[in-house]
Amino acid sequence: MITAERKPFDEILSLVEGKKKILVAGCDTCVAICLTGGEKEAEILASELRIKAQQDGREVEVEHTAAIRQCEWEYLDMIAQKVEEADLVLSMACGIGIQSLAEKFSPKLVMPAVNTNMLGMPQEHAVWLERCVACGECRIGLTAAICPVVRCSKSLMNGPCGGSHDGLCEVTGPNHEEIECAWALIWERLKAQGREELMFTDRPPKNWSKSSSGGPRKMVREEAKPV
Amino acid sequence: MAEAPQAVAAIETEAPHKPVDPGFEPEIIVFACHYCAYAAADLAGSMRLQYPSNIRMIKLPCTGKLEIIHLLRAIEGGADGVYAAGCLEGECHYLKGNLWARKRVDHVKDLLVEVGIEPERVEMYNMSSAEGAKFAAAATEFTERIRQLGPNPAKRPGVNPHDAARAALDGVAMADEGQPPAEATAEEGTR
Repeated sequence: MITAERKPFDEILSLVEGKKKILVAGCDTCVAICLTGGEKEAEILASELRIKAQQDGREVEVEHTAAIRQCEWEYLDMIAQKVEEADLVLSMACGIGIQSLAEKFSPKLVMPAVNTNMLGMPQEHAVWLERCVACGECRIGLTAAICPVVRCSKSLMNGPCGGSHDGLCEVTGPNHEEIECAWALIWERLKAQGREELMFTDRPPKNWSKSSSGGPRKMVREEAKPV
Repeated sequence: MAEAPQAVAAIETEAPHKPVDPGFEPEIIVFACHYCAYAAADLAGSMRLQYPSNIRMIKLPCTGKLEIIHLLRAIEGGADGVYAAGCLEGECHYLKGNLWARKRVDHVKDLLVEVGIEPERVEMYNMSSAEGAKFAAAATEFTERIRQLGPNPAKRPGVNPHDAARAALDGVAMADEGQPPAEATAEEGTR
């Protein structure tokens, strides 16, 4: 699922500065499940903005709403009226939802209230781990279903570097947490599967032109397009 | 930052950072759980213990039912202070409700700091149903704390904090004692 984290409150305040009628728009899909931008969180942010405004003596009207999915036109229709009435919409959806909202209601002022950060797996309640970067050419069939692009700190595609020790990477995470060496994990799982030979077979270079650095990607399913 | 270290220490020891208004009577919302804190309040009453009349209670089945927005709405509605009172840790009737509540109270403290409100305006207390005195002491301590802090800077004229907090709970709050639900009136002794 797509995960996001709420922006610092001061940054949000600077984005809505001077606006009198603000709509905080949550999205009840991915960002609701990662407890960042669903209807509940939209209500909390709206309440915070009202408390701050009241305290500062500013006349600001802040409402909240949520679309079932901000990334789909049909669901945006459901919040259209509230969006149109607002001076500014503070979207708590992922980057896709925010842009869909802004595009549908252009030139309405739409601001992001969250930083979309990864495609994550919920490891346990309230903990998410990055598992995919949508690189466009999945090679995990060769790597025991462990993605070296995202889980190896260097995104190495052909085995570990010299910084792998006792199954751990030489790099630590932003909070100094240990990172498992993706290639050590791959090796162990391939061994358990009896497929170690995959580590020694030649594999063609990965096609990075399908990744995000070549401009925006587009997917069309001709067979599914409406007639 | 320009203050000499001794001067900073002196300021910190002089607790109130603004003059206390002797006429200020804080409006305080208490979210009390049915099994412990509400029963403790009842006991405090039976024991004829004195505690400030500044607190208004809202009864919940468990403090675990209390959400972040409920605490914020009480502050937004103008409450000068809000606290949750649940069972002793490890003694929650629903096992972990009071532990959830404490985490949420702590989170609301962070949110209040973000919006420039003193985090001390929200708190979590734990007590058993046999601790009437502890209930009275918590009410007294918290009321005194809020008296020192002064009025909620986000107060809205004409808004009743208790009504705002109850409205935010939207059916989660239980009826106060003495006002049983209609269907439970006649059959005395059947429980």
